[in-house]
Amino acid sequence: MIFQPAIIALLLAAGLSLAMLLIASPFAVQVIRHWDIASGSERQLKLERLTYLFSTLVAFVCLVQILAALLFVFNADKMSVMFVGAMCAVGALNVNAFGFPALYLQLALFFLAALWLAINHADSRARDYPLVRLKYALLIAAIPLFAASLWLQLSYFLGLKADVITSCCGSLFSADAPTLASEVSALEPKPALLGFYGATAAAIALGGWHWRRRDNLSGYAAGLGALAAFLAGIAGILAFVSLYIYEHPNHHCPFCILKPDYDYQGYWLYLPLFAATAAGMSAGALRPFARRPSLAQVVPEFTGRLAGVAAIGYVLFALVASVMIWQSNLILLE
Amino acid sequence: MKTWIEKQKHLIDFTLASLSRRKGKNLGLLFIYGLLVFVLASVALYTHALRAEAQKVLAGTPEIVLQRLVAGRHDLIPPGYIEKIGRVRGVQKQEGRLWGYYYDSVVKANYTFMAPRDMQIERGEIVVGPALERSRGLAAGNGISFRSYSGELHTFIVGDVLPQGSELVSADLVLMNEADFRAFFRYPEGHYTDIALAVANPQEIRNVALKLMAALPDSRPILRDEVLRTYASIFDWREGIMLALLAAAILAFGIFAWEKAAGLSAEEKREIGILKAIGWETGDVIKMKFWEGLLISLLAFLLGYVAAWLHVFHANAALFEPVLKGWAVLYPSFRLTPHIDGLQVATLFFFTVFPYTAAVLVPIWRAATTDPDTVMRS
Amino acid sequence: MIELNSIRKAFNQGRHNEYWALSGIDLSIPEKRVTALKGPSGSGKTTLLTILGCLARPTEGRVRLKGEDISGLPERFLTEIRRQTFGFIFQQFNLIRGLSAIENVILPAFPTGRPRRELREKAEALLADVDLGHRREAKVEWLSGGEQQRVAICRALINDPELLIADEPTANLDTKLSQEFLAILEKLAAAGRTIVLTSHDPLVVESDVVDFVVSLRDGRIVDEK
Repeated sequence: MIFQPAIIALLLAAGLSLAMLLIASPFAVQVIRHWDIASGSERQLKLERLTYLFSTLVAFVCLVQILAALLFVFNADKMSVMFVGAMCAVGALNVNAFGFPALYLQLALFFLAALWLAINHADSRARDYPLVRLKYALLIAAIPLFAASLWLQLSYFLGLKADVITSCCGSLFSADAPTLASEVSALEPKPALLGFYGATAAAIALGGWHWRRRDNLSGYAAGLGALAAFLAGIAGILAFVSLYIYEHPNHHCPFCILKPDYDYQGYWLYLPLFAATAAGMSAGALRPFARRPSLAQVVPEFTGRLAGVAAIGYVLFALVASVMIWQSNLILLE
Repeated sequence: MKTWIEKQKHLIDFTLASLSRRKGKNLGLLFIYGLLVFVLASVALYTHALRAEAQKVLAGTPEIVLQRLVAGRHDLIPPGYIEKIGRVRGVQKQEGRLWGYYYDSVVKANYTFMAPRDMQIERGEIVVGPALERSRGLAAGNGISFRSYSGELHTFIVGDVLPQGSELVSADLVLMNEADFRAFFRYPEGHYTDIALAVANPQEIRNVALKLMAALPDSRPILRDEVLRTYASIFDWREGIMLALLAAAILAFGIFAWEKAAGLSAEEKREIGILKAIGWETGDVIKMKFWEGLLISLLAFLLGYVAAWLHVFHANAALFEPVLKGWAVLYPSFRLTPHIDGLQVATLFFFTVFPYTAAVLVPIWRAATTDPDTVMRS
Repeated sequence: MIELNSIRKAFNQGRHNEYWALSGIDLSIPEKRVTALKGPSGSGKTTLLTILGCLARPTEGRVRLKGEDISGLPERFLTEIRRQTFGFIFQQFNLIRGLSAIENVILPAFPTGRPRRELREKAEALLADVDLGHRREAKVEWLSGGEQQRVAICRALINDPELLIADEPTANLDTKLSQEFLAILEKLAAAGRTIVLTSHDPLVVESDVVDFVVSLRDGRIVDEK
């Protein structure tokens, strides 16, 4: 285990998030068992008051997850000097088998929390709170994921051993240790470029379509489009956007672009991409609820707005990426 | 969207007014909060600056230093040793270095004596670090005598004083001519302290080191990257220990924040009741309280961080210098290079704002869910 | 305007000190009229007022506002309805100390997100209407009892509600100020607002302004006229 502040902070964040959800879970069970919107009993009034606590809590956990994901990457990058062969965050995350899964789960938790907040938003616009049981069942179902996140992070950090000089020898750590892959294998630039712009354009079009139509078909399409654009976006960043930023034909790292050395350009890419994906996927995921009578008005309006936000986000993302490519001195494609 | 912004503006307005109406309570919270940020930020800024300083210093050192070991102890490099290395591919320059420690009983401190290769110093002259300049009152042109380990007294003229640039390392340095060095320490002719090797390609360093070990089994190569790594983890570890010690303070702060948020005064409870009765929704009250927390957090963070900045970079971290700096008696009074680091700010945020928010969440919710009809029932 | 159907309201439900403040109320509040609820303390008139004003939900029974059943609505929506439809004048005035008169008046409009300038103009007009224009920037704790009540009335009117709810409005006022209040009430009623108030002050209950009087005792209606 490497004992340092950012690691303690990350474990603190994961542990506290889990603890807060665990403490809240008995109340979630109560909501599921005793919810009766038609009743004016004091128990029902109490349960309704509890829903405010949960939405505040999940909003907070969602914020913490996104910040923790950032801190996680930051920290991995800073730790890379401690491991022989690790040039940046990728290398540090590869030190043991838990690094990348921990990061992926962190990102997944962010998207899940965002989705929950979207469902919560739609639900609390309907006068009879039709999704309340589903919401709290989801919340309880998510607890093991939060526990898994804490476990993965613990395993990752506990498994870290810095390659450090001891008093007896100036040992050479890499002598027979397998070298850490510091680069991510990536696609050829040309197909990646086509896929990147194709998927982003499709996601923008589908988002715009749903924004106008607001029906089921366009809603599901916008959700799938967002998912595809997210994958294509990440692949594109790996395959060529990062190369243009680094102006180096072999540096594929998706994390170094977040560093001050590259003027934090990565944030301009990732913020719109993640926001748009969260919005777009939520739009798709909310569509099945449009059938409920009390949500028949609320859901189409809300998913339409989400799809609009997603479309704008992807437009921004594509624009930012294009500007970065445009300004780069690197020539990948003739 | 526009109404949303208007609404948030209203809420912030109300929050500001309500904060200023309860100055005493909020100043107390702000003070404790700011103090916590100050202590944590001081630790973080200080260790970070030390780390950066060490990196800056090491940047100028050779990629590989080769030492000779006898019975596991560091020994002198005998004559002919350097030649034995021969030509290793990738090594640009290899040269023997001469340096050693000298204990000055007058100020009870260790100096590092060194015969530099890249600097021409006349016989009988020395160049001293800024710490000596201060502790012994030296200036260029002054004379100073050192009693060598063999008991003789050697007198030198100070030719120059090193600049303050990276004082952490150069503070206790005494540079002299090679002949003077050998005479002072009775260093045998042809022997060296260690060997410095310059390697241009960073990817070659490891191979070079392996070849050296093969050619000279009694040698120990020390790689700059490994020293850097070691420093980084030592500084991180120290910072971590400090934070672990401060965990109790963070916990206490969390409890304090909880108490403050839970112990609403009767006046505040009445206000929230009124707001609920005249048409504010629970969510509105939570948002108002959220703005309140955000404003206090930002202010405390700003105040604490700026104070820590002044403490570390202008007052030389006077409060915990002894805990965090090295072991040398001659504390260099160096100016750390100011530096802000994203990771550090993010970490600080997790240690302060996060516990604060977690602690006040439930009390805020309790207050916000006051029944709107309470004002009519009292 | 508002119809109540067999409303019952319990406190401390399921505990040993359970107690029913209202036990079966059927009542209809007519539009654009002044209705007074009267009865001894503990008769349930304030509880009834909180249910009429959407401040609380009945434990049992139905509440209809303009034909729409609102008895099962969660607090979030009740609050929205309350903000748009009701204005409240409380017995203790319940102004927020430390804020000026005009700041107090615009408070109920904050959640609507209307621009500040629009709100201040409206509040200035309201305060001028009750001869408080010159005191608008004064902190409310510096105002006299009568002035405080007039600020409270302006606050109740800022969202332009159709219905005004007043709880014991004259309890803290002397005869002269009570009569002034009745004059304002008359003006508001003439302007077409529906008003519901509780009072055991004969000055109010027997005045010409009040159209209907509902008497309560032990959580039941004993008399309507």
